[in-house]
Amino acid sequence: MTMLCKTALALWVLLLALPAAAVIETYEFSEPALEQRYRELSQELRCPKCQNQNIADSNAPISQDLRRLLHQQLEAGASDQEILEFMVARYGEFVRYRPAFNAATAVLWLAPVLLLLAGAAGLLLLLRGRKQSPATLDSDEQARLAALLQSAEKDA
Amino acid sequence: MAPRLKLFVPLILFAVLAAFLFRGLSLDPTALPSALIDRPLPDFQLTELADDRPLTRDDVIGEPALFNVWATWCISCRVEHPYLQQLADSGVPIYGINYKDEDAAAQRWLRDLGNPYRANIVDREGTLGVDLGVYGAPETYLVDAAGVIRYRHVGVIDERVWRDTLEPLWREVLALETTP
Repeated sequence: MTMLCKTALALWVLLLALPAAAVIETYEFSEPALEQRYRELSQELRCPKCQNQNIADSNAPISQDLRRLLHQQLEAGASDQEILEFMVARYGEFVRYRPAFNAATAVLWLAPVLLLLAGAAGLLLLLRGRKQSPATLDSDEQARLAALLQSAEKDA
Repeated sequence: MAPRLKLFVPLILFAVLAAFLFRGLSLDPTALPSALIDRPLPDFQLTELADDRPLTRDDVIGEPALFNVWATWCISCRVEHPYLQQLADSGVPIYGINYKDEDAAAQRWLRDLGNPYRANIVDREGTLGVDLGVYGAPETYLVDAAGVIRYRHVGVIDERVWRDTLEPLWREVLALETTP
């Protein structure tokens, strides 16, 4: 490989790296504790536009706005609860990866438990049915069985 | 359970699953329910796009209207623009919320494509957008005479959306106003 080629390749690789560096802006915090809360909250808040990303990972404009607001509110001394309420009032429970338990989210929270119980009940019924199957014969049936066996022997 | 009935269990399970999946086909997972339905339009202190005069919530409420979130970077906004013009021409008041845009580009857009808006609220930083729960453009809010948000439509408004969804609600809101 010539020197020129190598330089071109190096430049090309550099070009690829640039957008990666530009994805997420950084914020300065007055206290390290705020930065820790920023990290936790931005991971719990869901990007309304991209849906399967939290706002910490998403580069959608709306996530940038929400991160900026999060930073502002943390610096202004808002509690985690206040910040989550602010977001939920605007974007609904959807914006939290761990939505609060209420009438709208009850199905979401309870469905796994209910499905587990239904599965366990089904399994129990199935097992009980299986236990009953090797049934014992009453005297009438035993007599019929004996008669059938005898007639089979005669035929043979 | 009778053994004969047991045979139908897979069929019933299949039917239930099919019903859920069939319903899922016609749902749009990117359309979120708005948290602001039946809530007042948020307060704001912004400016008008054309002449920079201050605009507040009080300037834009008082009669039923549509609030359309748009921007020049939004391609779907260009798609819905002619239909908005048609709606405006038929007498539906529409206010624009120019969302995270550049004033010069937005003014040029209105000059070139026509202006269906009563007024345009400049939301350069997206603050009103956040208060409304906007997560992309275009979005359109139906606001009644009392300034209460009745409906949010995410995405392009076309003839079908208007006829099937928005127009019935619009008539409801209008009727509410005339019968106090």
